[in-house]
Amino acid sequence: MSQFLSILRKNFIAFFAFFLMIPVVGFSAQDEHADSEEPFNASQVILHHVMDDHIWHLWDHGGTIYLPVIVYSSERGLDVFSSRNFYDEHHNVVEYNGYVLDHNHIYLADSHKAVLDLSITKNVAMLFINAALLLLIFLAVAKGYQKNKGKAPTGIQSFFEPIIIFVRDEIVKPNIGHHYEKFLPYMLTLFFFILFGNLLGLLPGAGNLTGNIAVTLTLAALTFIITNFNGNKAYWGHIFWTPGVPLPLRLIILPVELVGIFTKPISLTIRLFVAITAGHIVLLSLICLAFIFKSVWVGAGSTVMVLFISLIELLVAGIQAYVFVLFSSLYIGMAMAEHDDHH
Amino acid sequence: MELLTPGTGLIIWQLIVFVLLFFLLAKLAWKPIINSLKEREKSIQEALDTAEKARMEMSRLKADNENLLKQAREEREKILRDAREASNRIKDEAQADAKKAADRIIEEARAAIIAEKSNALKEVKALVANLSLEIAEKILQRNLADDKAQKSLAQEYIKDLKLN
Repeated sequence: MSQFLSILRKNFIAFFAFFLMIPVVGFSAQDEHADSEEPFNASQVILHHVMDDHIWHLWDHGGTIYLPVIVYSSERGLDVFSSRNFYDEHHNVVEYNGYVLDHNHIYLADSHKAVLDLSITKNVAMLFINAALLLLIFLAVAKGYQKNKGKAPTGIQSFFEPIIIFVRDEIVKPNIGHHYEKFLPYMLTLFFFILFGNLLGLLPGAGNLTGNIAVTLTLAALTFIITNFNGNKAYWGHIFWTPGVPLPLRLIILPVELVGIFTKPISLTIRLFVAITAGHIVLLSLICLAFIFKSVWVGAGSTVMVLFISLIELLVAGIQAYVFVLFSSLYIGMAMAEHDDHH
Repeated sequence: MELLTPGTGLIIWQLIVFVLLFFLLAKLAWKPIINSLKEREKSIQEALDTAEKARMEMSRLKADNENLLKQAREEREKILRDAREASNRIKDEAQADAKKAADRIIEEARAAIIAEKSNALKEVKALVANLSLEIAEKILQRNLADDKAQKSLAQEYIKDLKLN
């Protein structure tokens, strides 16, 4: 029995790779006859997967969810319709009701003016799913605290409690300091939003929510607003009239410090966006190798690589959530710190 | 490049959903969770503090007990020592008394013996005097007959007296 187990353990990774290989090989076989019509464009496929879209394409032949389009323009007012209307039966993009869809942007057909596109795109749908999941999970966790009042945590509560305590004690408390409790709900929401977004994004067919620059920009902007609204006298004094520095230098430092205010949210935006999107691009590139070389063996090899990169991506999902919240806490903590002119 | 340009619609949705999510979670999840955690940590800290206090109390009580025990032991030693001393003293006194009494008895006995002896001597002396008188009387009654015999008798007596 133990011998059998050891053999199984030894061959586990090989088994795993074998099973993962099957869908890839299947794909390649399927694509081969499709490719006879048009050449396979890896970069287009990858970018299509990484970017937002008005439809949610899960698989060919009926696996497409047509998401609702919501557009507003001063000329036409508010319009809501299905994105199916933009596609004909051969999946070609067509004009609908005076709107045209061009590279995921919707324009007015006559004036070619961009409209305000509030459509439930793939990423917005992902956003809803992410938010719903967070609500579902953390309301259940909160319920656990009500149920087990004064007792040891159980179930989902005990799974998330160490993570919540980690965020509180290792990220927020040491970086913000005394008034950390005021920011804890924001930081927890931020952490789990990014973590869940990252993890959901790794699922096959899922949208790349936290790897979208609009999402990361919004999150960074919120941190930016909170940071500057909580900046104390020392923080602003430091920016506009750096203490302990000769006068001419102060004038040079002032623009640097002003730029510094904005580099913080920009670095937050770009770090998360790049880390997640790059991970997706690497994964998709490896998968695309099989289609480029049209070889089962390359497929097998890339599958093993994809497995390992996926494991790394799981790590990155956690690290990026940690880093985003860490830096957000750090910026807020720095803005609130009581300086005693130690320059 | 399109990948790098944030879409307005998504920004608006993200802002709405995230802010809404924040308020919902803050009110319905984070507040009870954080409060419960804080409460639990407080109760654990209190329990630990109480245990520590109880431990201190215990060690204090133990020290007290030991002190008491030590005191009791000392007390016992003292009592025993006192008792021993007292018994020794009583014994000594009793011995002294007994000796004194014995001495007195001996003294009295000696005095009595001396008195008895002198009495006896007196009696013996009186007896001897009487006997002497009787002897003298008998001699006086008999010596009228023979002067010579009288002389020899007297001579005999004198000889006897000399021997004494």
